Amino acid sequence: MNPAQVTFGAAVALALATAVAAIVVPRRVVVGAGTALTGAAGLAAGVAAVSGHSFSLVLPGLLPLSGVSFTLDALGGLFVAVTGGVAVAAGVYATSYGKASAVLPMFVLAMLLVPAAASVGTLLVCWELMALFSLLLVIGENRSRAEVTSAGRWYAVMTHLGFVSILCGLMVFAAHAPADSFAALREARLSPAVSATVFVLTLAGFASKAGIVPLHAWLPRAHPEAPSHVSALMSAAMVNLGVYGLVRVGFDLLGGGPRWWWLLVLALGALSAVHGILQAAMSTDLKRLLGQSTTENMGLVLVGVGAAGLFTASGNPVLAGLATAAALLHVVNHAAFKTLLFLAAGAVLHGTGTRDLDALGGLRRTMPVTTALFGVGALAASALPPGTAFVSEWLLLQALVHGLPPSGVDTAIALPVAVAAVALTAGLAVVTFVKAFGVGFLAKPRSEAAANAREVPYGMRAGMAIAALGCVVLALLPSLVLPAVAGGATTGLVTLRLTGVTGSLSPLLLTLWLVVAVVVVAAGVRGVVARRTRRDARLWDCGGGPMSARMEYTATSFAEPLQRVFDDVVQPELDVHVTHHEESRYLVRAVEFRRSVPDRVERRLYAPVLAATRAWGRAGRSLATGSVHRYLGYGFYTLCAALLLLAVTR
Amino acid sequence: MTALGLAGAVVQPVLIVAGAPVLVGVMRQVRARLEGRAGPGIRQPWRDLRKLFGKERIAPRGTSEVFRVAPLVLVATTLVITVVAPFVTVASVLNPVADLFVVVALLAVGAVALALAGLDTGTAFGGMGASREVTILALVEPTLLVAILALSARVGSTNLGDVVSSMVREPSRVISPVSLLAAVALVIATVAENGRIPVDNPSTHLELTMVHEAMVLEYAGPDLALVELASAMRLSVFLGLLANLFVPWGIATTATPAALLAGVLALVLKVGVLGAALAAAEVFLAKLRLFRVPELLAGSFLLSLLAVAASYFLA
Amino acid sequence: MLNLWRMIRRTGRVAEPAPPAPAEQLPAAGALGGSVQIRHVDAGSCNGCEIEIGAAFGPVYDAERYGARLVASPRHADALLVTGVVTRNMAEPLLRTFDAVPAPKVVVAVGDCARNCGAFAGAYGAVGAVRDVVPVDVEIAGCPPRPEAIVDGLRKLTGR
Repeated sequence: MNPAQVTFGAAVALALATAVAAIVVPRRVVVGAGTALTGAAGLAAGVAAVSGHSFSLVLPGLLPLSGVSFTLDALGGLFVAVTGGVAVAAGVYATSYGKASAVLPMFVLAMLLVPAAASVGTLLVCWELMALFSLLLVIGENRSRAEVTSAGRWYAVMTHLGFVSILCGLMVFAAHAPADSFAALREARLSPAVSATVFVLTLAGFASKAGIVPLHAWLPRAHPEAPSHVSALMSAAMVNLGVYGLVRVGFDLLGGGPRWWWLLVLALGALSAVHGILQAAMSTDLKRLLGQSTTENMGLVLVGVGAAGLFTASGNPVLAGLATAAALLHVVNHAAFKTLLFLAAGAVLHGTGTRDLDALGGLRRTMPVTTALFGVGALAASALPPGTAFVSEWLLLQALVHGLPPSGVDTAIALPVAVAAVALTAGLAVVTFVKAFGVGFLAKPRSEAAANAREVPYGMRAGMAIAALGCVVLALLPSLVLPAVAGGATTGLVTLRLTGVTGSLSPLLLTLWLVVAVVVVAAGVRGVVARRTRRDARLWDCGGGPMSARMEYTATSFAEPLQRVFDDVVQPELDVHVTHHEESRYLVRAVEFRRSVPDRVERRLYAPVLAATRAWGRAGRSLATGSVHRYLGYGFYTLCAALLLLAVTR
Repeated sequence: MTALGLAGAVVQPVLIVAGAPVLVGVMRQVRARLEGRAGPGIRQPWRDLRKLFGKERIAPRGTSEVFRVAPLVLVATTLVITVVAPFVTVASVLNPVADLFVVVALLAVGAVALALAGLDTGTAFGGMGASREVTILALVEPTLLVAILALSARVGSTNLGDVVSSMVREPSRVISPVSLLAAVALVIATVAENGRIPVDNPSTHLELTMVHEAMVLEYAGPDLALVELASAMRLSVFLGLLANLFVPWGIATTATPAALLAGVLALVLKVGVLGAALAAAEVFLAKLRLFRVPELLAGSFLLSLLAVAASYFLA
Repeated sequence: MLNLWRMIRRTGRVAEPAPPAPAEQLPAAGALGGSVQIRHVDAGSCNGCEIEIGAAFGPVYDAERYGARLVASPRHADALLVTGVVTRNMAEPLLRTFDAVPAPKVVVAVGDCARNCGAFAGAYGAVGAVRDVVPVDVEIAGCPPRPEAIVDGLRKLTGR
């Protein structure tokens, strides 16, 4: 028995026990603690697997025809560990948040099983279980609200379309292999056309799970509407499995591929990163903003994965390793800070009852702990030092920079554009999170709800604190997890040194020097100032005043310059409605101004498809008139046509 | 950690903290002379700072720790850059921090701290300044990083010391199209990041046209002194990096006193000339409308992309 | 561009030679150390003084050469430059502006209206002269005062 097997078994048992216990004793403490323990066991199993204790398990009787087989290797272990870590924070948080639901541990269990699946059948079953459990959680609470049911519908349809795509892809793959186990798939020799079909089909499915543009439409709907700890699990753990699937199928099972595959992945990643963060920068709904930022971060991961594939295809294993390390480290980092941010957003929702940034503000006085923890998360997400995402984006940029001089014209074009996309994303992420933190938590409350906010219970604070601790550790000592994700791409504990290319970074020393510099400056100022005490004074309101909260900048106005800059890209919809006085149309009674920034990809891509579906449906209805004769006629003609076809083709 | 790096870590911060306000003074004096005025003299920024440090500290009602800590963070980030980046010496005391991406990100951290402080006041002008500042920041970032890519691609490293010393070794690179294009792009980025004309007017008195000034309207006394010192230091840092990335001659490569002295003099001369040129150019320019600024930045971004393309096709 | 350059060359320096520094200096000048940031407050002026202030800070008189500078926020300021008679609407804002300036601070009353209500003495809308609302350190006479007088008054603060 190796430790990975024991802890993984423990995780499965704990999850099932929690689910049963939750049905018997529907208390939040039970569900939360059970989920957290499941997560902890999963984390331990993942860590054990990453450190070399992989195991395999075959249960032929569990599923008819194909049976069930699990293998937890280093790659799967990483994703199991990430899922487990997220589940710990979300579980602790759930001890005092939301409804006690037996589905929560089962969802965590399904997510733990997906990276451990070792055959096509097992993977598909676990994948579908994961989708179903998460769907139940999304619509479980507040199912009477129209937004929730709509989000649930979008999610259900898109996740199943994705599933169908993966199913088709893997079935084609398995059909060309002796068996459906991954070991058999690795041995299979596919023609380029078949492997390309498999790759594109699975890419579409996995990308839709990862929220990659243009298959992201469900994500900014479902993630905000779910209860916040579920949002955290979905946004920080579930989307990662899309990346896992892509890496597993693309690199492991198909063994890499031609350059165009990876250029496609790179392009999708860059597009998602820029699109996601641009939408997030315009968004005024805190949780929607976080959901859109998930699309952005998954895009960055895909840029790394695409670059890794590209470098592999051009025979540059050093850079491929570096890009893989960047992508996987970003998966881990994103999981840490997105958990924290979603949990904090849930705390805001709990404390104020709103998640509209235009109505928030002033929370640092009423909710100091949540504010501080959200601040940590925002710093981590904005890719600034000493934040968490900075290290992984630095690695990503290093991989891209060292890709020049390139080995072909396509790379020569793709890499600078990718660098530009990553850079633009980083800049826009700064805007987004300055907005989320500055407008949402600082300044004065913009509504009654925000003014009367109350700090959340200790359980929720503990959940957030765990996630924040993860962020801080990852930010200061990424070298603790880098060996797990990178193999030998970097060396050194305090100072990361890239192997094979020149480059080094020391987040810990950088932070230390920053702290020292702040202390030095503060001490210097204390030394030279004449008067140390601060005089309390009213805000400078140009002598008028007092200034009301309505005069503050809101999230909408904060993003307005950016929206103007990207006017042609985001195409906001403006609606100005002027009501005149009855006596004279020269006198204005009221002016109503509305602005919304709809998702352009969605409008261009989904609206026509939906309209076409509706039209087809209507056309189909005209066939069904209710006359039995007609239906008999349909049957007759179909039979004739089938016979004719048979007669011709045989 | 070499003797040269250690010498740089001591000399550079002292030189830049002491010299940055003088640079601002020189630039104001150049402008004053070109406008036919006499000018207050190059020591005026230091007089301003000395006076501000002696003034009363004010805590505007409703502001939080973010407002109080932001000036410290702003100065501290710049101070770290002055310690580690190659201004006087090629070697750095802390090589893993002297990375171009780290330096760019550290400068952004300072700007973000100030933007949060502007939002924290809850005033309309604070929010306005913060919004504009981060918008410009977001648009400058791609230019900076792509220009860096162009410069570091052929060196094979983004470490500032490596880039500068490779320029010292191969002077022919200085006049390559890659360098020239990247230099123009970086100059525009410098102008935008430091809030100079035509992106922002550092001496404007009209709140509605402000970017940087609007965020700091609430700061008084020592806090304001820190903000002003930091913006002077940031300007020096940007000009110093520009100078050393494209005209690295004179920078100390050995830890002898003579080399260090030459390095100091070369830096003062290069930054002084650059600053004077920038100030002189400002006289000929009008401030752009805020919503025309993105066009300028898009142009600089295009130049930096061209620089990358050139680095590939001319390699 | 070239035209502008030619014009700059042709014009040269337009700032007039500095007149001798005023004999008396304010006690606050020592603390300010040759640097005075000024916030201008129009308490009810006819804009005559504003034009002269503009001229004082223009190239010809160049008040900036003595270390005085106009700023946008009273938080940045050391001195308030108050013009006009203090009207009822501006009395409160003037007090608040005074309160917003960090110590040490001085107030300069520019023009006859600011000194003693000038032509508006006893008017129904006027609260009084500037010194009736906030303590005044320097008064500059004239209706409007000449730019030289304004510069001279400011030099008492900068000590240069």
